[in-house]
Amino acid sequence: MDRIPILKMGEYLLVTVQVDMHDRLAMTLQEDLADRIVKVRARAVLIDISALEVVDSFIGRMLGSIAAIARVLDAETVVVGMRPAVAITLVELGLALPGVRTALNVEKGMEILRRSLETSRGNGAATEAVAQPTDADAQG
Amino acid sequence: MPRDDTLSLRSSEDIVLIRQAVRAAAVDLRLSLVDQTKIVTAASELARNTLEYGGGGTVRIQGLQDGGRRGLRLTFEDKGPGIPDIERALKDGYTTGNGLGLGLGGARRLSSEFAIESRPGEGTKVTIARWTS
Repeated sequence: MDRIPILKMGEYLLVTVQVDMHDRLAMTLQEDLADRIVKVRARAVLIDISALEVVDSFIGRMLGSIAAIARVLDAETVVVGMRPAVAITLVELGLALPGVRTALNVEKGMEILRRSLETSRGNGAATEAVAQPTDADAQG
Repeated sequence: MPRDDTLSLRSSEDIVLIRQAVRAAAVDLRLSLVDQTKIVTAASELARNTLEYGGGGTVRIQGLQDGGRRGLRLTFEDKGPGIPDIERALKDGYTTGNGLGLGLGGARRLSSEFAIESRPGEGTKVTIARWTS
């Protein structure tokens, strides 16, 4: 069966869309990604669409859904490599991909994800640090 | 001899074939990359509408020549239920299906020319054109 491969690298999942997706293939990718995020406990998803010559409202909506589903599953998504003509067309179509983080290329996308993971870990540590004195107060 | 092909539209795989055929025609006509992308995207939206709401149909792809201008005209036809309120259907965000409701309005914005005829119970015909700028 037709499927878009999902690569795992540490906490990251990497997807490179290299074919002109028909609607069902896009839906399958959405489901496969949700499964993989949970199965491998991924914290970040990078989707490279640099090979896509067209992003219509269906694919645009699918990218938005993937980002939203990933967020609910505690993972960040970045979409990278959108072609300039695709960006111009998408905005004129009326779809500015709200809620989808984008980056120019894979390298920049990875940087965003790395920083975002560090921040979320940093915040976690800060919350614990704040929680400790409260415990101490309670004990004292 | 300008291109004039008619393709049938029965499944979501056909949407991909139509995108490819429209792209090839736009490249032949030497439309700019942005113009190619716009008409291919508009074609994708309209093809999905024809399939989802019209129950399938046909797409005619015509190369146009008008003096020095070159263009591409696409005609989507179905024999589906038709659109009772076209003005409303053209509004962004209005949908009777499960899409985003950007199809018709978006396709109109992406085209140089846009026309729609629809008769309840008889079907819908949408014609768009994109000219070299």
